[in-house]
Amino acid sequence: MEGLSRRYGAVVALDGLDLTVQPGELVALLGPSGCGKTTTLRLLAGLEDADAGTITVGGADVTRLPASRRDMGMVFQAYSLFPHMTVRQNVAFGLRLRRVSAAQRDRRAVEMLELVDLVSQADRYPHQISGGQQQRVALARALAIEPQVLLLDEPLSALDAKVRAQLRDQIRRIQLEVGITTLFVTHDQEEALAISDRVGVMQNGRLEQLAPPTDVYSRPATAFVAEFVGLTNRLPGTVSGSAVTVRGRDLPLVDVTTPPGPVTALVRPEAVTLAPDSSGGSGPLTGTVIASTFLGATSRVTVDLGDMTIMAQLSTADATEHPAGSRVTLTIRPDPVLVSADAPVESEA
Amino acid sequence: MAALTSVGEAPLAAPAKRPRGMQAGRRRRLNAFRYVVFTLFGLFFLLPLLALLRFSLEGSTLGTWSIAAWKQIASYQGPPPLLSAVEITLELAVLTSVVTLVLLVPTMIWIRLRVQWVSRAFEFLCLLPLTIPAIVLVVGLAPIYNRIRHYELSALMLFWAYVILALPYAYRALAAGLNAIDVKTLSEAARSLGARWFTVMFRVIAPNMWQAILNALLLSAALALGEFTIAYTLLYTNLQVEMYSISRNTPNASVLFSTSLAALVFAFVLLMVISYAGRRRRRGMR
Repeated sequence: MEGLSRRYGAVVALDGLDLTVQPGELVALLGPSGCGKTTTLRLLAGLEDADAGTITVGGADVTRLPASRRDMGMVFQAYSLFPHMTVRQNVAFGLRLRRVSAAQRDRRAVEMLELVDLVSQADRYPHQISGGQQQRVALARALAIEPQVLLLDEPLSALDAKVRAQLRDQIRRIQLEVGITTLFVTHDQEEALAISDRVGVMQNGRLEQLAPPTDVYSRPATAFVAEFVGLTNRLPGTVSGSAVTVRGRDLPLVDVTTPPGPVTALVRPEAVTLAPDSSGGSGPLTGTVIASTFLGATSRVTVDLGDMTIMAQLSTADATEHPAGSRVTLTIRPDPVLVSADAPVESEA
Repeated sequence: MAALTSVGEAPLAAPAKRPRGMQAGRRRRLNAFRYVVFTLFGLFFLLPLLALLRFSLEGSTLGTWSIAAWKQIASYQGPPPLLSAVEITLELAVLTSVVTLVLLVPTMIWIRLRVQWVSRAFEFLCLLPLTIPAIVLVVGLAPIYNRIRHYELSALMLFWAYVILALPYAYRALAAGLNAIDVKTLSEAARSLGARWFTVMFRVIAPNMWQAILNALLLSAALALGEFTIAYTLLYTNLQVEMYSISRNTPNASVLFSTSLAALVFAFVLLMVISYAGRRRRRGMR
């Protein structure tokens, strides 16, 4: 996709988007509501027309082709199986349109249903199977026509958490097995980071960063990416040379060309560790635990430093050693940090 | 900012489970209420029909029984013959239903998929016949039908007027069917699989509106079966007009009641048959 733009009246949904997906790659588009990720998918599918820009698939320009001729499979956020057809008939629908013989159609439908472990449900109607099963059938239906590209528009958002996690892994397994180029739209960071080869974080119709999940998380390119992906502490600091001084500690910069002066340092909660403050001191990194949020294997501990609060993410076992009200000393791991020129919000949690 | 802790906060007590006896009692009261309402409304509709039946079986002396009024219907020779009027009415019912559906189903699906901004104006047009009394419609249609009569076309030409009359009812039935399905997602899913608009409309959307289409068909047919004013005023003979002629051409007052009940029962049975056939097909699809 090159220079892709789309407006809805005065609202700019996409603003000159450039995105290349390599063959066999799974790229996740992540961002808040209204950032343009679904619009990108719909333009690629041909369900809407771009105001400007081109879309090329396998070297062929498909910008002006209707959706029915783009050879792309799509799975929607809403349940999209045809209610009047059985599971088998749904999966075979695209093949029927392509005038594939009945025997071949049936063979391919069974093959796809085996891929998603739903052969036993082949003769049921959509209303007779669960939401997760419906989305798996939708995936089988999209793959049955052997498309060049697979498009997934938040396919897991209508499902409960446990089913979502299982289906997410299944989608990734199937995508790797089939080797199909895939564009996956989601607002769930965990989904995007867990299964994609690259993550594209979008805001206001533009790509803020397109990189592997580890880079997006550990080396965010912009303040928006740092704050949108995962949690972030916004700490006042001062840049001097190639480091930023935060609460008396020098931390290396991601961007060493940052001009000197006051900034806001973006520090991940997992970069912060706690130790009991036995000295009774009142240093810049000494404070009182005010809250502890249990998240399962990890816990998020909020510490009041007097003039601000800071979050630390610890294992639950470590967190229980610092109950609410205890005095602690914080240590910030010297990972490279991103800085922002924006002023920090007074209390962050 | 607020942490998820249990300090200082006691969880709310869960509400106590209702005892089974109370639920069963509530269900019994609800069922009793349903039966009472059903019986009252049933009597409201059934009693006049029973009275109609009794009067149609009244003999020449008060309090006696006779089937003479019914025999009169069967022996009526016309012109035109009763069978011919029944035939014309059935043909009109079929024609009206088919034309109404052919006009409305693709149009409404297309509007829903592609030109939603037209939907309000279209709805207004379809509902407009509700505001026009049949006799006023006749005044407007009379010059057209005079021209049609010049070409000696049959009473089947009434179907155009009947389609206009059926529009509001068929529109509402079909609109309810369209609202019950996710037209946008289904059409986009079909298009992404390679379906063109014709396939989307007739192989994806329309099959999922089967109940609504059946309802629209029943309403259109019922209207055609029971229509009197337009046919009578434009000097055509359908079943209702024929029944009226029978009752006017005999001194036996009971014939008035027997013809009314006969027309009503005829329409009712026909609609039940169509409805039953439609539901059987639907069950087979499921």
